[in-house]
Amino acid sequence: MDMLQVSVWRGAASGGYRTYEVPRQESQSVLDVVTYIQRSIDPTLAYRFACRVGMCGACAMTVNGVARWTCRTHVTKVAKGNAIQIAPLANLPVVKDLVTDMREFFDKWARARGQFVPSATRKDDFARVASDSPGRVAANAGIECIGCGVCYASCDVVSWNSGYLGPAALNRAWTLVNDVRDRARRERLAAVAGDAGCHACHTHLDCSERCPKSIAPTAAIAGLKRAVALAAWKGEL
Amino acid sequence: MGAKSETWLWIAQRASAALLALCVLVHLLTIIYAVRHGLSGAAILERTRGNAAGLAFYSLYVLAIAVHAPIGLRTLCQEWLGWRNASLNWFMAAVAVALFAFGLRAAWAVFV
Repeated sequence: MDMLQVSVWRGAASGGYRTYEVPRQESQSVLDVVTYIQRSIDPTLAYRFACRVGMCGACAMTVNGVARWTCRTHVTKVAKGNAIQIAPLANLPVVKDLVTDMREFFDKWARARGQFVPSATRKDDFARVASDSPGRVAANAGIECIGCGVCYASCDVVSWNSGYLGPAALNRAWTLVNDVRDRARRERLAAVAGDAGCHACHTHLDCSERCPKSIAPTAAIAGLKRAVALAAWKGEL
Repeated sequence: MGAKSETWLWIAQRASAALLALCVLVHLLTIIYAVRHGLSGAAILERTRGNAAGLAFYSLYVLAIAVHAPIGLRTLCQEWLGWRNASLNWFMAAVAVALFAFGLRAAWAVFV
């Protein structure tokens, strides 16, 4: 039987790679490989997954140096010969082995004012937003983000500037800036401006290149830069 | 630095970049013209001396550089050196003044 040589990160911030031999199978995903190791070779391996079908984003890891959803990554697509290297997502503290601490990632969504602030009450009628209105179209482009952290782990700016809000939080802010029902636009634009916000983006496009949902956070960040500049110009920042 | 100041720095850098795109183009065309026509240093000075339009153009060019370069350098210092306190802003203000002064001195030197 063909065997895969799988090098897996073991430990936390300090640790090392340990190599496991895993039988190669047809239509095998990288998550299948990790699951095999944990169930059949070393039950102490820690990793995270839930849906296994690309809906939850929990299984994101670094595979051969690239952040990916392991459930949607076929071994044939990434294996170099018979070798694969699997590590936790970059730019996040490692809890154990392949499990990262996502708190900072989601705290940054909150810092970017990622919460919807309604302008209407429950007594008001439903807002009617035309599906082809510019705001709705702009929000649609980023609304499918499931918060897997692949973009955040792929972002060079996050690795240089730990305070940087990152592509996912800024993408979320951009969807809300375009939501006509929201009333926190001014506060949100102030929250995403500056060195920790949209102005820190260098447009490397790694986030857009790696997003498994084909979202382009770079475009959202460019939109925020325009909106923030316009707000500053009008004295609304 | 606050969100508002950072945003204005960003606007200043983009606006100066737009100006630089034009200035660099004119500057390069001038160099190509001078080289292709085999102009000597004396011949170039003959054209620049007393040329108010030339002085105005290069003053604008120097101003765009003095605005653009320190803002970019400031970001580099923040990201690569981790220099993020107020001293960086003072240092970059000094860089801006130096670039403007030296650039203007050069433009003035070929004018008079």
